Amino acid sequence: MSREDLRNLYQDVLVDHSHERHGYGLLEDPTAESHGINRSCGDEITLHIRAGDGVVESIGWTGQGCAISQASASMLSDIVAGLTRDECTRCLDGFRSMLQSRGTDDGDEELLGDAVALSGVSLYPPRINCAMLAWTALEDGLSRIDA
Amino acid sequence: MPLDIDRIRAQFPVLRRRVNDHPLVYLDSAATSQKPRAVLDAERAFLEHHNAAVHRGAHALAAEATELFEVSRERLARFLGATAEEIVWTAGATAALNLLAYSFSNASSGRGGAQAERFRLRPGDELVVTELEHHANLIPWQELAGRTGATLRHIGVDDAGRLRMDEAAGIIGERTRVLAFAHVSNVLGAINPVAELVALARRVGALVVLDACQSAPHLPLDVKALDVDFAVLSGHKMLGPLGIGVLYGRRELLDAMPPFLTGGSMITSVTMEHAEYLPSPARFEAGTQPVSQAIGLAAAVDFLDDLGMDRVHERDAELGQALATGLAAIPGIRLLGPAPGEPRVGLAGFIVDGVHSHDVGQFLDELGIAVRVGHHCAEPLHRRLGLAASTRASTSVYTTDADLAAFLDGVGRVRAFFRA
Repeated sequence: MSREDLRNLYQDVLVDHSHERHGYGLLEDPTAESHGINRSCGDEITLHIRAGDGVVESIGWTGQGCAISQASASMLSDIVAGLTRDECTRCLDGFRSMLQSRGTDDGDEELLGDAVALSGVSLYPPRINCAMLAWTALEDGLSRIDA
Repeated sequence: MPLDIDRIRAQFPVLRRRVNDHPLVYLDSAATSQKPRAVLDAERAFLEHHNAAVHRGAHALAAEATELFEVSRERLARFLGATAEEIVWTAGATAALNLLAYSFSNASSGRGGAQAERFRLRPGDELVVTELEHHANLIPWQELAGRTGATLRHIGVDDAGRLRMDEAAGIIGERTRVLAFAHVSNVLGAINPVAELVALARRVGALVVLDACQSAPHLPLDVKALDVDFAVLSGHKMLGPLGIGVLYGRRELLDAMPPFLTGGSMITSVTMEHAEYLPSPARFEAGTQPVSQAIGLAAAVDFLDDLGMDRVHERDAELGQALATGLAAIPGIRLLGPAPGEPRVGLAGFIVDGVHSHDVGQFLDELGIAVRVGHHCAEPLHRRLGLAASTRASTSVYTTDADLAAFLDGVGRVRAFFRA
């Protein structure tokens, strides 16, 4: 991975998700709600989690922000639906270490699905918070649900 | 004779840089300008030959440092049409505005004796700002209102971001004690009607505070002709060093205001119970001063005056129009602030339909083009205009026509890249 081409940051899959915004819209009966804000740019997200029997059933979110933050929330919605809490934690850990890898970790596609398209963000440190916004909201939301 | 831009550029070492394999196109001068060699050299020469604390000590270096510091003050006074006693060094414009707010606050707590009466605020008094202020000219007044029980009011803007001057006369009234506003909007580039606002304030005896951060680098300034009571400048936005700014205040006002920061070098006598303060500007300059920065700022002002502020202004207006016209002509771009042909400084905020400003900034950065993204410390203005963020290009004396061409070409390609 290198910074040679801006498409390494804004991969086609990322741009697709930024337009499609999977999971966009709040849930009617959320088990937990979390609000995240990126103080450096004002991007924000409200994330709903519906969970039962230790499994995340679905994610809904609203908010506004850059292509990276919007795509990241969209990808997250696809990935974590149907996962147990432990599996969510593994995803979160894998995603975070990919973003902090400065280009050395392309991400585990089996674990992270389309979100591996955000691996290029690790070479743009000011944008890591954009990609993390939805994920820290997820982490916060999960912590509000009794284990 | 117009400015010789190539010759000016040769004085700015950083402009030779390449960014992402492109020549640097620096269009973020409103955030901080680049600094000419004369400024860097002035700071270095001071540190290598004269470095000492000012206004204390009897040795040769202390005397030289004091002399250079005070000559720099006179230089800034001349630049602004003021006298040296009316120039207070501060850490920046934010510090200067907080100095005013805290001095008024101290007066309101009873400090400063009878002469500070005109700065005392009470419940029922009003402070007035505008909706387009930078947070630095808003929050200090919010806090001052909170501490004193005074009410903070504001003059709104219309959908185009123009000050609602039709409302201003109703807002600036008998209760108004302070009117604080930006000379030039840091988001819109619009030049606010200083004379009209000052006239409204004079009618009711309110003090006028002018935030000149975004005008000082672009236009000739004469604080006496503008007839304001106070003005603040940021050194690093006008080719000077970081960490230095100026508070201008009419002398009789500064001498009557209680100090904000207290400590060394601002007193006439001190006992264990009490202190007497020096007149302005010393009473506002407690502690060790940013001497090399003040000298650097004087060198920046020399540089600007050598170019001639009239010529700087002429070129700046030309760049402002080129930005406005060029942006307005690109499909899917919404220009903020004055329409092409209306007065503006060399600064333009804009929206790219369907693309967030951070992504616009990232795309331009890839081309070596530096712009500002976000809310530019003017969140209320963005909210009023229905925006979360915007992108801003801002020019300086070293900006070339080629810089603008590269920028406009880049902006024209943003939407396709993001499939907006």
